[in-house]
Amino acid sequence: MLRQATRLCTRFPLRSYTRSYLSERKKFYQDVSISQGEGGLFEVSLDRRKLKTPGGKLFAVASEPLAIAVATEWDSQKDTLKFYTMHLTTLCNTAIDNPTQRNKEQIITATLKYLETDTVCYRVEEPQGLVELQKNEWDPVIQWIEKRYDVEIGSSSSIAGPTIPQKTRDTFSQHLASYGFWALTGLEFVITQLKSVVLPFALIDRHLTVEKAVLLSRLEEEYQIQRWGSVEWAHDYDCQELRSRTAAGTLFVHLCSEASTIKQKLLQG
Amino acid sequence: MASVGSPLRVCRGILKELRAQCGHKYQQSMAYRYMMEQFRKNQVTSEKLCRAQQELLHQAATYLCLLRSTRMHLALHEEYHGKGESKPEDVAKLVGLRLPQQPGGKGWEN
Repeated sequence: MLRQATRLCTRFPLRSYTRSYLSERKKFYQDVSISQGEGGLFEVSLDRRKLKTPGGKLFAVASEPLAIAVATEWDSQKDTLKFYTMHLTTLCNTAIDNPTQRNKEQIITATLKYLETDTVCYRVEEPQGLVELQKNEWDPVIQWIEKRYDVEIGSSSSIAGPTIPQKTRDTFSQHLASYGFWALTGLEFVITQLKSVVLPFALIDRHLTVEKAVLLSRLEEEYQIQRWGSVEWAHDYDCQELRSRTAAGTLFVHLCSEASTIKQKLLQG
Repeated sequence: MASVGSPLRVCRGILKELRAQCGHKYQQSMAYRYMMEQFRKNQVTSEKLCRAQQELLHQAATYLCLLRSTRMHLALHEEYHGKGESKPEDVAKLVGLRLPQQPGGKGWEN
């Protein structure tokens, strides 16, 4: 079995970021376990071998429940490894390898760009049913975030979108800077998936559930589905995929934030 | 705080998903043990723990959503996108048509 594992390793070198995600690998392990290693970080082992990231680094996370969830992802694979279902593993790999080589400031700048084209701020003018739906579903969330962070966002039906005041941008920028690098990676992921800044903030603050946030992000699609019916291989597929990615991102942010709080408390003594 | 449902429902949901994933040995899995430990620890409510309890409940509901949606996404993928390229006859059947039969064979085949 060790020879087979080594053969697989050379056929799909771990250095190569793209190759290991394109082809399907056979499941080459029986047991998955976690252990605590250097610096109190948690590692995942497949049989006896420690899990590594695509970049070749040792896979190690600060949060024990995160390690357990990642181990569960690996454990749930059947005959072939389906990496596109292992969202938490992918997020951890991204945080460890940082393949785009960005620092916190760059991530925050990229993230805030989504505020200018936030989904919940873009309104249509017709059909009337959709206008009402957007008003009833999206206005409360915008009101909530304006109150919670003491900012102005508003909504617009023009093609240019709403104008976001600089004070709003600064407030959000400051808030994002308070997150650690790992949590920020997760938050950026959720923002790019939901195509909104307002919805992920409401999700992270536990004002919305994942299902509700995904529904609000896909409001127009849901409206069309109610009118014209649902196509399982497109609508349901997209919905479930978005839910799984959003849930993974949210869980990742919460667990990474918790871990750094615990670490700080331990350091303070 | 978002309306997440009762802790019992969320817990049951997660156990169901773990069982679907791991088979009959799900009670030995790390996720099961961690889950039960967390739910037991937070069963006793006192006022000051209430917020932490709500936070954990939201987290549990998020994990349930993750497990459930991943499983359904995979099932849909296997059913609709996992089969590779289909034959022309099957594609025509999708819209209710049949390919024409030419008893003598098509001109260019011989």
